[in-house]
Amino acid sequence: MKFAAALLLLVLSGIGLVREAPNAADDPALENRVMKLTADLRCLVCQNQSLADSHADLAIDLKNQVRSQMRAGKTDADIRNYMVARYGDFVLYDPPFKASTLLLWAGPFALLGLGLLGLTVYLRSRRRSLVETELTPDEHARAQALLRGESGKSQ
Amino acid sequence: MKRFLPLAIFLVLAIFLAVGLGLNPREVPSPLIGKVAPAFRLPLLQDPGRSLTTDDLKGKVWILNVWASWCVACLEEHPVLLQFSKANLLPIYGLNYKDKHEDALKWLGKHGNPYVMSIEDGDGRVGIDYGVYGVPETYLIDRNGVIRYKRVGPVTVEILQEKILPLAKQLQG
Repeated sequence: MKFAAALLLLVLSGIGLVREAPNAADDPALENRVMKLTADLRCLVCQNQSLADSHADLAIDLKNQVRSQMRAGKTDADIRNYMVARYGDFVLYDPPFKASTLLLWAGPFALLGLGLLGLTVYLRSRRRSLVETELTPDEHARAQALLRGESGKSQ
Repeated sequence: MKRFLPLAIFLVLAIFLAVGLGLNPREVPSPLIGKVAPAFRLPLLQDPGRSLTTDDLKGKVWILNVWASWCVACLEEHPVLLQFSKANLLPIYGLNYKDKHEDALKWLGKHGNPYVMSIEDGDGRVGIDYGVYGVPETYLIDRNGVIRYKRVGPVTVEILQEKILPLAKQLQG
């Protein structure tokens, strides 16, 4: 009997452990929205992870913050603004286009443009330097002979 | 000309890499600089019956230092803060961030207390409002409650002497 009770307790404690993340079960739709939004937000503690992926203490706090603000009826844009007001555009994986992010957005295209320009200049200058060399009648005859399969050596 | 092209490319790359390596990716420019410090009302660590609000600090230039007993880097800056507090140049208020009450008191008892007061932010909500992401953090706040400077990571003597103090003097005018 005692053993059975102990076993039962063990099983129950196991169940207690399994219920680590109760929020997801509560409201899948909300949780979905939380994950979707936080996937676009950078975790500031471990910067190459999104908030959604991170288990850092601050990331968990911020996810809870997002969750409670969503419950309070805030829109995704409201919450994004809330984060930007505190941590700057840096938290957004999809930063807005403005003066301070101009280089970030336009940089690759500027580089592409520079590359194309460089290529054009290079090709033009090469075309100019490639002077077509006219064959002398003698050379012409030798070439013809080579093409016919004879030895082109002029005696 | 052609001979020097690889050298030129190397130099440009080297300059970019040198600049890039010199940057600290953990130093996120705070959008809060130049803005009014987020309001708080938090209990005092050493006297939880009383609380401190941002309004209580209007009219003076002060330092807000975010610390915790679990924060290793806080120990690094602690002697600097202790010494600075003895000079009585600027009041330092501590924001005890996501700490256990007893641990925080024990830590201050053991390492010394540079703070005029410390306030307790147990759940880290005020920390979030201040954009705290790496304890210790230090803010310089002016008479009107505007954040003028923020430092993420330990404060050093150089930072106090070269950044915080000159700015504070200017603000105290």
